[in-house]
Amino acid sequence: MVTLQLENLGARYGRHEVLSKATTPPIPGGSLTALVGANAAGKSTLFRRIAGQMRGAGTVRLSGAAADDLRYMPQDTGMNAALTVYESIILALKQGGGGWRLSASELTAVNDVLARLGITALAERQLPELSGGQRQVVSIAQTLVTQPRVILMDEPTSALDLYRQYEVLEALQSYAAESGAVMILALHDLNQVMRCSTTTIALGEGSILGTGPTLEILTPAMIRRLYGINSRVERCSRGCAMMIVDGPAESKRVAV
Amino acid sequence: MTSITSDTTAPAFAYRGLVTRRVFILALLACLLILSVAVDVSLGPARYSVADVLRTLVSPTDADVQMRVVVWDIRMPMAMLAVTVGASLSLAGAQMQTILANPLASPFTLGLSAAASFGAALAMVLGVALFPAAISLMVPINAFLMAMAAALLIFGLSTLRGVTVETIILLGIALVFSFNAALALLQYFASEQALSAVVFWTMGSLTKATWGKVAVTAVVLALCVPLFARRAWALTAIRLGEARAAAMGVPVRRLRLEALFLVSLLAAVPVSFVGTIGFIGIVGPHVARLLLGEDQRFFLPGAMLAGALILSATSVLSKALLPGAVLPIGIITALVGVPFFAALILTKGRKAW
Repeated sequence: MVTLQLENLGARYGRHEVLSKATTPPIPGGSLTALVGANAAGKSTLFRRIAGQMRGAGTVRLSGAAADDLRYMPQDTGMNAALTVYESIILALKQGGGGWRLSASELTAVNDVLARLGITALAERQLPELSGGQRQVVSIAQTLVTQPRVILMDEPTSALDLYRQYEVLEALQSYAAESGAVMILALHDLNQVMRCSTTTIALGEGSILGTGPTLEILTPAMIRRLYGINSRVERCSRGCAMMIVDGPAESKRVAV
Repeated sequence: MTSITSDTTAPAFAYRGLVTRRVFILALLACLLILSVAVDVSLGPARYSVADVLRTLVSPTDADVQMRVVVWDIRMPMAMLAVTVGASLSLAGAQMQTILANPLASPFTLGLSAAASFGAALAMVLGVALFPAAISLMVPINAFLMAMAAALLIFGLSTLRGVTVETIILLGIALVFSFNAALALLQYFASEQALSAVVFWTMGSLTKATWGKVAVTAVVLALCVPLFARRAWALTAIRLGEARAAAMGVPVRRLRLEALFLVSLLAAVPVSFVGTIGFIGIVGPHVARLLLGEDQRFFLPGAMLAGALILSATSVLSKALLPGAVLPIGIITALVGVPFFAALILTKGRKAW
């Protein structure tokens, strides 16, 4: 089992400190972890700091995985290259090294990830022809194909319709369960978070405000603190937790 | 369940088909290039039959002296220089477009050609040698040094913090205008003789080809190609966007600098020999991209072959259009290339640039 732990992590853009003293208990692999916080709270910064793309104070402790088993999926950027979906996934696989030749096992790995995410039919399509949602699933495939042990995904479902959101989160959950990987997803839909993630990290005020079992973290008080929104967390008729929004809190959160 | 399992092997099968198709296209381009070079060598003001030219090529010792000199010392260097220069400029354009994520990037649009023209004009108008040790070669050496200076300026500025890809492109365009203005100033003060030399140089021409120039351009290509080939996967990944490439573990900044340096060399050397041949650096890569996609394993040889083929075919045209005369090749590339290129882009209608 893989675990990831952050100790006093900091990050800055120039002189502007965007993250300080971000600390978590060991985050277990095997299921999904959600990272929640308002716009510009520093979710992407935290990911890039963990992935080693930014320097800063503090340490990232990994157990059961090496630093190069970690993959960070940035938010969707335009993919206008003249490549097929299949080629773009091979590309991700080949960054680790290896020459121009492709082995049978590499081709199998690409086939498998296409099948896992249900996009086998897209394999021969050109990237620029894809819709936003299809591109997002292709990025997820590019991330999973190297079989990473620690995965950080920035809003992996933001462009997906309801059915695809469900399908993709299901696929990610099963990947985490099979591989024991730590999988942290930055998500905005708190009901989705309550449904799919066992652990939640709340990010706000330039640091991590809490890490723990999702329902213990996502309390109305924390939601007001993070988003400036009054809400209730109630049980639906089948016993699932749900968040219901009541409106903005009187003391609006300070704009960042 | 079995149907699903058998279905999932289909993408790899289709991909193998794609690879086979691409290898075939590369082979076809290579055949066309050989054909074009053969036609290029058999054409010229002195009218020899194709059979005679081929015989001279195969066994030079048996041919008569005049023919041997014309074929081996005049036509072959020109034909081969078209190949090496076309390949170099096209490869330079291809990698500029890749690392700068801009379909308009080329040695021409980044100011390298304009800088080279200015350097050459310095020698022709004022007799200024930037490298005084080799007076006899002052025109190409001046052109090379100015082109490298322009490239290194861009290169140096791009290492500064906060300089984006867009800044580099804008800077290149600024360089084009500055060097063109400086060139116009030189032309204003030039003697009539020097002026016509400058004008002829800036039109671009292969007529001053020698085996020495062929060798130099070939060596530069031979040095740069393996370095690009080793970075093929990383260069392809950059086309998915900087953030995504970085997430895949590509050292984007370092790769961009390395490539920019190689590209400077690759563009400056041919430009200093043949003058301004602007269009190859844009058309060659776009033809290769349309035919082969952007996997650098195919795109890299494809861009070189396409550039070489286009310049070689242009060289044929420059001789065939006006019998007995050789038109400056830089003019033909633009005149014939632009409509061809426009037709290619508009009919293909692909969304990828």
